Amino acid sequence: MPVLPSGVEVRSPQFAANAAAMRALVDRLRGELESAAMGGSAEARARHATRGKLLARQRIDLLLDPGTAFLEIAPLAAHGLYGGQVHSAGIIAGVGRIRGRDCMVVANDATIKGGTYHPMTVKKHLRAQDIAFDNRLPCIYMVDSGGAFLPQQDEIFPDERNFGRIFYNQARLSAAGIPQIAIVMGSCTAGGAYVPAMCDESIIVRDQGTIFLGGPPLVKAATGEIVTAEDLGGAEVHSRQSGVTDHYAHDDHHAIGIARDLVAAANLPAPSGRNIVPPRAPLYPEEELYGVIPSDLRTPYDVHDVIARIVDGSQFEEFKALFGTTLVCGTAHIWGHPVGIVANNGVLFSESAQKGAHFIELCSQRNIPLVFLQNITGFMVGRKYEAGGIAKDGAKLVTAVATTSVPKYTVVIGGSYGAGNYGMCGRAYSPRFMWMWPNARIAVMGGETAASVLGILRREGIEKAGGSWSAEEEEAFKAPIREQYETQGNPYYATARLWDDGIIDPADTRRVLGLALAAGTNAPIEPTRFGVFRM
Amino acid sequence: MTQAPKTAPHRFSSLLVANRGEIACRIIATARRMGLRTIAVYSEADRDSLHVSLADEALLIGPPSARDSYLRIDRVIGAALASGAGAIHPGYGFLSENVEFAKACDEAGLVFIGPPVAAIEAMGSKSAAKALMASSGVPLVPGYHGSEQDIETLSRAADSCGYPVLVKASAGGGGKGMRIADSAAELPEAVAAAKREASASFGDDHVLIEKFITRPRHIEVQIFGDHHGNVVSLFERECTLQRRHQKVLEEAPSSRLDESQREAICEAARAAGRAVGYTGAGTVEFVANDDGFYFIEMNTRLQVEHPVTEMITGLDLVEWQLRVAFGEALPLGQDKIVRQGHSIEARIYAEDPQSGFLPATGTISQWRQPEPGPGLRIDSGFRVGDTITANYDPMIAKLIVSGDDREAALDRMAAALDAFQVAGVKTNIAFLRALVGRPEVRSGAMDTGFIERELADLLAPQAPIAAADLAAAASAVLAREQAEAASETASPWNRGDGWTLGATRRRRLDFEDGTETHEAVLHYARSGLELEWDGAVAPLGWTLREDGRIDVFLGDRKEAIGALWSERVVELVTPRGRRRLHWVDPLGRHEAASDPAGSFRAPMPGIVQQILAEPGARLERGAPVLVMEAMKMEHTLRAPADGQLVAINCRVGDLVEEGETLAEFEADAS
Repeated sequence: MPVLPSGVEVRSPQFAANAAAMRALVDRLRGELESAAMGGSAEARARHATRGKLLARQRIDLLLDPGTAFLEIAPLAAHGLYGGQVHSAGIIAGVGRIRGRDCMVVANDATIKGGTYHPMTVKKHLRAQDIAFDNRLPCIYMVDSGGAFLPQQDEIFPDERNFGRIFYNQARLSAAGIPQIAIVMGSCTAGGAYVPAMCDESIIVRDQGTIFLGGPPLVKAATGEIVTAEDLGGAEVHSRQSGVTDHYAHDDHHAIGIARDLVAAANLPAPSGRNIVPPRAPLYPEEELYGVIPSDLRTPYDVHDVIARIVDGSQFEEFKALFGTTLVCGTAHIWGHPVGIVANNGVLFSESAQKGAHFIELCSQRNIPLVFLQNITGFMVGRKYEAGGIAKDGAKLVTAVATTSVPKYTVVIGGSYGAGNYGMCGRAYSPRFMWMWPNARIAVMGGETAASVLGILRREGIEKAGGSWSAEEEEAFKAPIREQYETQGNPYYATARLWDDGIIDPADTRRVLGLALAAGTNAPIEPTRFGVFRM
Repeated sequence: MTQAPKTAPHRFSSLLVANRGEIACRIIATARRMGLRTIAVYSEADRDSLHVSLADEALLIGPPSARDSYLRIDRVIGAALASGAGAIHPGYGFLSENVEFAKACDEAGLVFIGPPVAAIEAMGSKSAAKALMASSGVPLVPGYHGSEQDIETLSRAADSCGYPVLVKASAGGGGKGMRIADSAAELPEAVAAAKREASASFGDDHVLIEKFITRPRHIEVQIFGDHHGNVVSLFERECTLQRRHQKVLEEAPSSRLDESQREAICEAARAAGRAVGYTGAGTVEFVANDDGFYFIEMNTRLQVEHPVTEMITGLDLVEWQLRVAFGEALPLGQDKIVRQGHSIEARIYAEDPQSGFLPATGTISQWRQPEPGPGLRIDSGFRVGDTITANYDPMIAKLIVSGDDREAALDRMAAALDAFQVAGVKTNIAFLRALVGRPEVRSGAMDTGFIERELADLLAPQAPIAAADLAAAASAVLAREQAEAASETASPWNRGDGWTLGATRRRRLDFEDGTETHEAVLHYARSGLELEWDGAVAPLGWTLREDGRIDVFLGDRKEAIGALWSERVVELVTPRGRRRLHWVDPLGRHEAASDPAGSFRAPMPGIVQQILAEPGARLERGAPVLVMEAMKMEHTLRAPADGQLVAINCRVGDLVEEGETLAEFEADAS
């Protein structure tokens, strides 16, 4: 297979400047991740520990096979929301290994508002279940939650993808043969009680875990009965009398040990082999991506230089290298897994879209997972292109992306604007996973474009009414538009809202994709049935 | 009088080895090299042992107990006859010095690889042997064993021995009635005291006088005789480092003999051999000090420590034994037997030095040894999977080194011991290593009492744990996990780096060393692993070496360590010594725990029939507490763990409901 050249001069001042800019972004990311990982306040954590309970992240680290990777989902969910204190949306989720099997782990962080569910907590919990469903990953719910965060009940309770969907998903996952296991390590109140109740198997920690539809205050209010939480729904009650729980644990450690054994005993099918070859590192260090990516998003560069730092041995078999060159397509391996790569190298033209659709058909036919590297301002505009039918060519690409059955993985490495987001497998196109680099931006269009478009409309309106609009007035009109787009297009804004599965260090791209591809082998690839391609 | 042998020496083509373990393997190796068919015998316990697999044939001779197998003359002879063996090599121990066995071989027409029956008999009785030696001019410990007990006679006897002298009860034993007199002035008091004690203890106040050997050393000479009247010596061995008459370290040559002393002791040994018409391999043992050397006894067999002689002479003593048994003349004359360099042997035992050297048993789960080659030999009869039982001698291997001189050999021994690790059964390797490191041993200034005197220091508790020890332990954990994940190291999930998309992960590693728990924390940092211990954090790295050890990098310092696991206990060999640590399983704490309270709930409605324990009683796990009848079945409720019965909540005859708590129990804190 052809080897990609390095493509960049690593000793150039431009490279150094780019690298410095990206490093600053990565450093900020690390800082944000570390502070989010603290969870609740120091007092809350101390109070939690004095009850003999482990912190949520400690629980996960003990649950997973030592030293193995943890593909955490959206660790910066709810970043900047709800007063900025609900770190990771109060719930930690991710893919990890338990006794050699890939699993989805979901753990409430009781040090943040009692582990209650905010809107983003629900969204993240559902997202974790979606990933589990797509990849057929057994789910371990480490439950320690007071249920819905009542002040926001209207955004949590009633809608289609709200709280109730968690239990709907549990039932559907179980029906699909995907083990659902709960460890009750704290409260499971009201709706929360259904998490263990809906599981295939559940474990409860004595003197610590409780499950009840109504807690002691509600019982007292409703019937006047005075009862302690332990007597109402503790481990003794549920392990001996109610049968709501199946395994009785003495403490967190014991419970985690049981959970590991349950996964081992679940008789899970072996992941499919899928022609995995021995992995090889790229020829060029992954950290060089820092210098490859221009610090200004608008500066063009060659996406081959990114591919060369992600794929095994920097080897890339390019498809239609001379046709529709603004979309680079080709096959390669990542951590030994075959992949088809679709990467932007400029604005999308009709030819690029046709080529992309063709390539996706190829990969679908051959069961090759797709990796989209998004850096797209959109489809080309103008009379010539509209007349050339770019809308129908764009639709071909979108149809192919939407209907293929092979696993899709999307990394936003630059801009993600407009219909380009759709054609390049944005969130709405259900990629198995989607991540953003810290330099990325995501919006319906660029801030400057939006300001210009709105400015032109405004000027037309003023001038039609006979008024005049000074340059200063125009600038005063545009500035807040630009600012809005900058704020809302920022990856932190995006990840806070679960528009992605996390912001990643560009140097981790290969590893992240490797983990996701490997986890993806737990689910068979179904045959593709495409929609109508408008010709 | 012993009758003349019936079986004359002759060439044979097959050899039965009537032994087990390393010596059986070692004999088989030489026999095979000489083209002989080899036949092993084994007990039921040894069916899968190494000596059986090395031999061309093997025959079962009985149950595990040596008394019923390896010591059964009839069965060994029967096996030899059944297999058509021409000769039997008894090795050492078991039947090697058993006159009846030698006779039985002779009767059966089998060549016995050993001396003539007459020589075994002559050396079998210590007093007769001493008398024979005295008449042959071999020096004995001077003394007086006469019946005249007046102080003048005893005093004259003491003067002629030379002070200090030992005064001891003729009928004595166990140190009773024993006194040392350093000078003539002390003698009367010593005699009086010894007589008083002898009289009180044995009803007989006769005492004897012997020269007291101060700072004794054990020196022995390897001799060989053939059927043509030749007797040669193959230099001496020094086995001064003993514990309770058990040799621990043996070497050749002795560091304390000059050439004329060496010639004198070797000549005395040859004289001893000639005196009994010796053939084959024998060892004449002496006690020695700066004043001289004195005959103790002769061993009419191949010695455990024969390899040190082989190392310095380049000869194969088993080959010599077989050639003598063929009736050949000795391969070399005395003047052609030369020595080079210095050799030391260490006996590796399955024993626990920390518990009074009690023999240890267990199944060898791992075995790591230094690479044999020039200057390093390992004679072993065991391998991974073998079980060490209490049926046989607990020696599992002999580590033999040589060097140009004693210093070089000691250095090599120290390094070889550091590279020797056995898991699954406790060994004396750490003790041997401590011994080799002692300045008295390095300088050769030791006597047979050295180990007993210095035992406390030799078994000294290890130095306080250091960060490097925890780095080694943590690396051992990681190496073990990597080995376990070896089938899938190509997966990005299994890189052992604790990679995460989120914040840095940490992992607590607790190690117990019997007295305390050491808590280390691994940081899976972006830049690599870090180890946190005692408030300090340092980068940690490790790589597997080709020799099976691990290079551990802590900060900017590297050291090579050996790590061998046995379940959750790791034995570490670091530059600071050997250390055993128990890696606490964070999830394993409740493996054995059950639910104490629950076990005393009535499993179903029924009637209490018996109450078998009183409140307050200490109960062992499984002890019956009460019996109830339900659904026409008797149910015995038992203590779920060791602990205390707190209360009984029912009486005999009570009708109890399902789930009712019948007794309260408190398990001991684990």
